[in-house]
Amino acid sequence: MSALGSSRSGFDAIKNLYEEKRTFTGRVVFAAILCLLMIGLIAARLIDLQLVRHDYYSTRADDNRMRLTPIAPVRGLIYDRNGTLLAQNLPSFVLDITPERVRNLNDTLERLKAYVRLSDQDIARFKERMRKGPRYRSVTLRSNLTPEEVARYQLNRFDFEGVEVNAGLVRDYPLGESAAHVVGYVGGISEADYAKLEAADYEGLSQIGKAGVERSHEDLLRGAPGTKIVEANAAGRPLRELESRPGSSGQNLYMSLDAQLQLVAEKALGDLDGAVVAIDPRNGEILALVSKPGYDPKLFVEGIDAASYRGLLEDKSRPLYNRALLGTYPPGSTIKPFMATAALNFKTVTPDTAIYCSGSMTLPGNSRKYRCHKRQGHGSVNLDSAIAKSCDIYFYQAAMNLGIDRIDEILGQFGFGKPTGVDVPNEKGGLLPSKEWKRRVYKQVWFPGETLSLGIGQGYLTTTPLQLAQGTARLAMRGLGFKPHVLHAIADQATGAISGVAPEALPALTGQSTDLQERVIHAMQLVTMFPGGTAYRAFKDAPYSSAGKTGTAQVVGLKQDEKVAPTFDSTPKHLRDHALFIAFAPVDAPRIAIAVIAEHAGHGGSVAAPVARQIMDQYLLGKVLYDADPAATAAAAAAAVADPALEAEEGVPADDEEPPPATPPPAATPR
Amino acid sequence: MNTSVISRAPNQSFSLADRLIRVHIDLWLLLLLLVLGVVGLLVQYSASGHSMAVVMNQAERLGIGFAVMVVAAQAPPEFYRAAAPWLYGFGVVMLFAVLLLGDHAKGAQRWLDLGVLRFQPSEILKLAMPMAVAAWLHTRSLPPKLSTILITLAIIGGPTVLIAMQPDLGTAMLVLAAGVLALYFGGLGIRWILAVIVAMAAAAPLLWLKLHDYQKNRVLTFLDPERDPLGTGYHITQSKIAIGSGGLFGKGWLAGTQAKLDFLPESHTDFIFAVYSEELGLLGEAVLMALYAAIVGRGLYIALRGQDSFQRLLAGSLAMTFFIYVFINMGMVIGLLPVVGVPLPLVSFGGTSAVTLLAGFGMLMSVYTHRKLLSN
Repeated sequence: MSALGSSRSGFDAIKNLYEEKRTFTGRVVFAAILCLLMIGLIAARLIDLQLVRHDYYSTRADDNRMRLTPIAPVRGLIYDRNGTLLAQNLPSFVLDITPERVRNLNDTLERLKAYVRLSDQDIARFKERMRKGPRYRSVTLRSNLTPEEVARYQLNRFDFEGVEVNAGLVRDYPLGESAAHVVGYVGGISEADYAKLEAADYEGLSQIGKAGVERSHEDLLRGAPGTKIVEANAAGRPLRELESRPGSSGQNLYMSLDAQLQLVAEKALGDLDGAVVAIDPRNGEILALVSKPGYDPKLFVEGIDAASYRGLLEDKSRPLYNRALLGTYPPGSTIKPFMATAALNFKTVTPDTAIYCSGSMTLPGNSRKYRCHKRQGHGSVNLDSAIAKSCDIYFYQAAMNLGIDRIDEILGQFGFGKPTGVDVPNEKGGLLPSKEWKRRVYKQVWFPGETLSLGIGQGYLTTTPLQLAQGTARLAMRGLGFKPHVLHAIADQATGAISGVAPEALPALTGQSTDLQERVIHAMQLVTMFPGGTAYRAFKDAPYSSAGKTGTAQVVGLKQDEKVAPTFDSTPKHLRDHALFIAFAPVDAPRIAIAVIAEHAGHGGSVAAPVARQIMDQYLLGKVLYDADPAATAAAAAAAVADPALEAEEGVPADDEEPPPATPPPAATPR
Repeated sequence: MNTSVISRAPNQSFSLADRLIRVHIDLWLLLLLLVLGVVGLLVQYSASGHSMAVVMNQAERLGIGFAVMVVAAQAPPEFYRAAAPWLYGFGVVMLFAVLLLGDHAKGAQRWLDLGVLRFQPSEILKLAMPMAVAAWLHTRSLPPKLSTILITLAIIGGPTVLIAMQPDLGTAMLVLAAGVLALYFGGLGIRWILAVIVAMAAAAPLLWLKLHDYQKNRVLTFLDPERDPLGTGYHITQSKIAIGSGGLFGKGWLAGTQAKLDFLPESHTDFIFAVYSEELGLLGEAVLMALYAAIVGRGLYIALRGQDSFQRLLAGSLAMTFFIYVFINMGMVIGLLPVVGVPLPLVSFGGTSAVTLLAGFGMLMSVYTHRKLLSN
């Protein structure tokens, strides 16, 4: 219709007004219809978005704005068996900085130094953490502010935009160094830790158990993180809390340790390097576990600085090294009761078999001399006197008669040569050599002479203090045994219910007659209770019965041609002998079994036995504040009672011919 | 209608509408625009995160706009017809000036700094274009013959190309639409319209090559918003989330989360419709849509009442351009059209476009209120 206009070319001035108006009206109507169509198009799209796909977009909108923020659980406390705190969470004032709110960071840090102690270390660590996180998240600059620092800061806080003092919890170990090797410590979660753990369990947590019980019972102590749903903006900054689901606190743990006993044991060891393990033989609970020197676990909680850590690592006395579990020492003469048990078991000796000790012996076809520590010899010795005086010749003979295979069988049953499975991380199994082992490692056959060395706890044989204590506990229990452990009871923080940890019984020694075991124990009693025993002086006048065995383990062998052993004082410290002692008490109803090792300290009888005496005095006589524990011990005690005591009085006769004053000084036991 | 006006004695007025006509104001347009402005301010308040400063700023601009509208309505249509070539010429000169001396803002050269005043000459063309086309066609017999059409296309094409070169595709499209709509209302043959559509389709690949990267991205993103959800697709994805999550009734005024929490970019300018939709839902949109439809409808009605070609074509073009504005903005916010920088008229934050638009409504009022009693 509109194209008609072109026919009137040349007459533009003459306009057909009516036609124009009509055309225009048509155009307006058409435009209006077009508008309605377009509105319809938009409406259709809006209906699709807002009605049909509303749920989908609602979810996307919520996903946009909602953020899950973890709530860190409060870590469980660690107590000793009597409720003394070993690990706790202390409120601590921390100084936090929110980087995005600070205008000039370096200037702020510099000015803060006037009020708060800040080391370069603190600042370096802060900057490191700051780089990792978003700028709106606050980063801790310092923890454990003193009240004075908090007060000084608060007075001037108006000068510090973006800096604030917050309250937090910091792990603390009240006994400090004393129980560090058992309790352990927590520290920052490392990359290696992250690779192993379930990330969901550590939401909001920055620390993890790194050593000791803190590590082995991490799962009990940690608790479960909660979550908080917060609304966050597009930059991720949380703006308000929408919902909070609290997690659960970790469980409180009661250790079998007796803190007082632990302190006494530590003190008894004095300045010596070494280890003490005390076990309740009735259930395998570890009562004290000392490894000296120790370290301060607090150093690790805040993050140890490189220099201090290097210092600890390079310290010659190795304070971080848990000697009780990791130290593998030749047991020396402390192996003799176990060896005697084996010999009696296989009837290679009878309790009354007498052997003549001339001070040395040789094997047929070999000129090598195997010496007794007593050069002039003990004369005729039987089981009692051989143990009481620690005659080496007797045990050379006993070992030779037994042979390596039978020795392995019995010592293996006592737990030597393999880890005990205690619930403290990092434990060594020591070494119980065998023919097979020798072949595998040295590609050599087993020599009879090596069996002889084994008889007096030298040679390849090594044990940890914990293994020695466990073995002693089994001797005390007349062959019964329990897996050593430190977890005594678990207290649920939510319900308050306390559940004891049942002892785990180990298979009893095979083929041991009670009679013969009592004979070994009787001999051990002579060591501590009768004049002439190697630990008699240490246990003199003890009001309880006890049984023990001293040991002096050679660090360096004496050369064959060396006639006279070097004197103790003339030997460099790191070459001096280790002093060992094992004991249990009371004899008829044992409640404690102890192994003591003092490195490079000389004689078991004079150095290690007094340590054990002090521990036993404390445990059996001291101001013991608790009574034996719930169900767990009852069951174990019942098992122990099944084997009624031997007559302590009856064993009195001192069948020791010559009562030498405590063991002669230089005790280098040759191979 | 004419008869009623004739029958009325000069000093006898019975209604507010009649009284306002005498001061050259159309009551209906005024009311609808005021309501729209108020709605805009309310959404501004929410979208800006409860900023009274933003609201006052926008209110001030709207105030200026309404003042301009009232002043513009006072001049008779003949004035605009006479002024059309001058304003058009001035606008084109300014466009050249912008290309030579203009400021850069957001990678495009749109602003001209006159020392005291910074303005976008392309805004002038939004008004000058329909005026010029209408004034030119007014002198020809309609429907236009070929030579007229070609000259008209030249009038339209020049400034459009200049604006597109800035580059400001959105404004170029609006200016182009204003000119083409005037030509359409002038009676451009249907064959021509089809031919233009075919030509545009054919030119699309060529145009594609001429587009800047960011413009290409917008088109690609429009075709598949999830292609680049964090980059160019982010706007449209977040906008759809905002609208879709609003549902039938919306989350309530001030209760939208997408804009408040900064997920939705440009929330108080080009994407304000998404904020409105999130908070007021489909029902709220229906109200807004009705408001816009009523304004466009009133504009088309005024166009029908125009007393000569210039008045009709100008009014028709202004009314429909306003609608195109709304359609392009909503279309891009809901993901029907590529993202081009076109604000939602009188609701989006921004003074220049509001003043220009209201000046256009001033002309519409002028057309309606300056009718001679005895026309035809």
